[in-house]
Amino acid sequence: MDITILIFLSSGLFLGWALGANDAANVFGTAVGSGMVRFTTAAIVCSVFVILGAVISGAGTTETLGKLGAINTLPGSFMAAFAAAFAVYLMTKTGLPVSTSQAIVGAIIGWNLFSGTPTETKTLANILSTWVLCPVLAAVFSAIIYKLVVGPIRHTKLHLLRRDTYTRIGLILAGVVGSYSLGANNIANVVGVFVPANPFTDFNITETWVFSGTQQLFLLGSIAIGVGVFTYSKRVMMTVGSNLLPLSPIAAWVAVVSHSIVLFLFASQGLEAILQSQGLPTIPLVPVSSSQAVVGAVIGIALIRGGRGIQWGVLGKIGLGWIVTPFIACAFCVLGLYFLKNVFDQAVFN
Amino acid sequence: MKFSKDVRLFHRTKDLEVKIDQFLDALSESALVFRGAVDAYLVEGCSDQFSEKHHHVDRLESEADRLRREVETQLYTQTLIPESRGDVLGLLENLDHIINLIEGVFWSFDVEKPEVPDHCIEGFQALVTASCDAVEAVVLASRAFFRNIEAVGDHNHKVVYFETEADKASTRLKRKIFESDFDLATKIHLREFAEKIDDIADWSEDVADRLAIYVIKRTV
Repeated sequence: MDITILIFLSSGLFLGWALGANDAANVFGTAVGSGMVRFTTAAIVCSVFVILGAVISGAGTTETLGKLGAINTLPGSFMAAFAAAFAVYLMTKTGLPVSTSQAIVGAIIGWNLFSGTPTETKTLANILSTWVLCPVLAAVFSAIIYKLVVGPIRHTKLHLLRRDTYTRIGLILAGVVGSYSLGANNIANVVGVFVPANPFTDFNITETWVFSGTQQLFLLGSIAIGVGVFTYSKRVMMTVGSNLLPLSPIAAWVAVVSHSIVLFLFASQGLEAILQSQGLPTIPLVPVSSSQAVVGAVIGIALIRGGRGIQWGVLGKIGLGWIVTPFIACAFCVLGLYFLKNVFDQAVFN
Repeated sequence: MKFSKDVRLFHRTKDLEVKIDQFLDALSESALVFRGAVDAYLVEGCSDQFSEKHHHVDRLESEADRLRREVETQLYTQTLIPESRGDVLGLLENLDHIINLIEGVFWSFDVEKPEVPDHCIEGFQALVTASCDAVEAVVLASRAFFRNIEAVGDHNHKVVYFETEADKASTRLKRKIFESDFDLATKIHLREFAEKIDDIADWSEDVADRLAIYVIKRTV
């Protein structure tokens, strides 16, 4: 492979690394932070299932991002991913919770503005609506699941130790589903912008099984996420959970399950096909923020418990991050594309 | 490999559950034996029956110590119940102290052989009954902590009740002792025994108070 291709892909891989470092904590944070699951177990499970989710089910959300803006040259894709990664880095540095999904959408719009490509308003409206819908849905799911699960568990009279064992297994299973959903939903953020200018070609593993170029791109992106999980997520996992509301292991399980359901709903082409065949309205396949889904889920649990103990200040910060991230990414993308085009003489769009 | 590890995890959990139950059985049995032993002492002094019960409680105390150590070690080496193991450890150690107190009273009877006058026998019996009832109730509260956390409050309520009864019985007994014509040394000697037996109920109440906090921590 040409070395320049790897250089251009590096920004996406960096974004993948940042996503792995930050978002694995949404899936396994409380489990690892509370000592219920060992970090190594969490990291292995998370990486494997993020990769599977990305390669098997990552196409749906990528298609939506493609509709928003089909960045058609590698240098353009590089700058969009780089602008998103820069926004993520900047927000993390200032201590604001950040969403890679919002950063990449901001960056794509930046590319659209720079290249003069009109932004499809219907797709944009779809994406914007999911940013609100995602935490709200997660809150609704977590409130319902919490009510359904915690009440009966209290009446089971299971021994404390037995319950602990079941909770551990439950946390790992929820982590499996959560990691798969994270890979399926968020791989578009990492390498989605490279799909229209994808340097990889399809190859046949067997006569019927083709490993497509897009899947190869997803594999690379998800490996970058895995590297982020192994190298940096432990620190985030150890601090997560106590920030917004202290959670018991069972409440943490509810939060992870709700988060995973929401991410899966926004990524599943299978579910979309079923809804379509029944003539029902479909759920848009959009990369949503894993962090915001978890925040929504935690708030759902807090509300069903009577709304005590929520750190409203933290919630305000999250809201601020919501608004600021896409603007920073968009502005930085326009600026970066200008430099790339005029200083480095790269074709940032066709 | 993973499956067999999970099976082992369930086996270890079961093993620990059994050990905790056996530990609580030992405590409950110690209180029952203690009640019978004091009754025997009050009637016939340091008899064979009393000595046999003393040995019985000695064995139970050693067994409880062994079980407690094994449970504590397993909880930490196998990193089980990370959220509550500090509480479980505190609970077991405080419950173990109750058996130690019971054993201590046994040794005091055995070594010091206090002479209990007839008019104080009823007072001692009432005190021992209330203290042992408090221990029984705290054992039930502890079992509930592991299996049915919502019932802990009900048992704790009884612990508090029996502790108050033990305090009343102890005060009545001490009054009787000091209103009598014994020499001061005998009075102080008997008072010491009343206080040692009352300590068993006091300590049971302290464990119940801790349990109440553990319950709040686990339900928040």
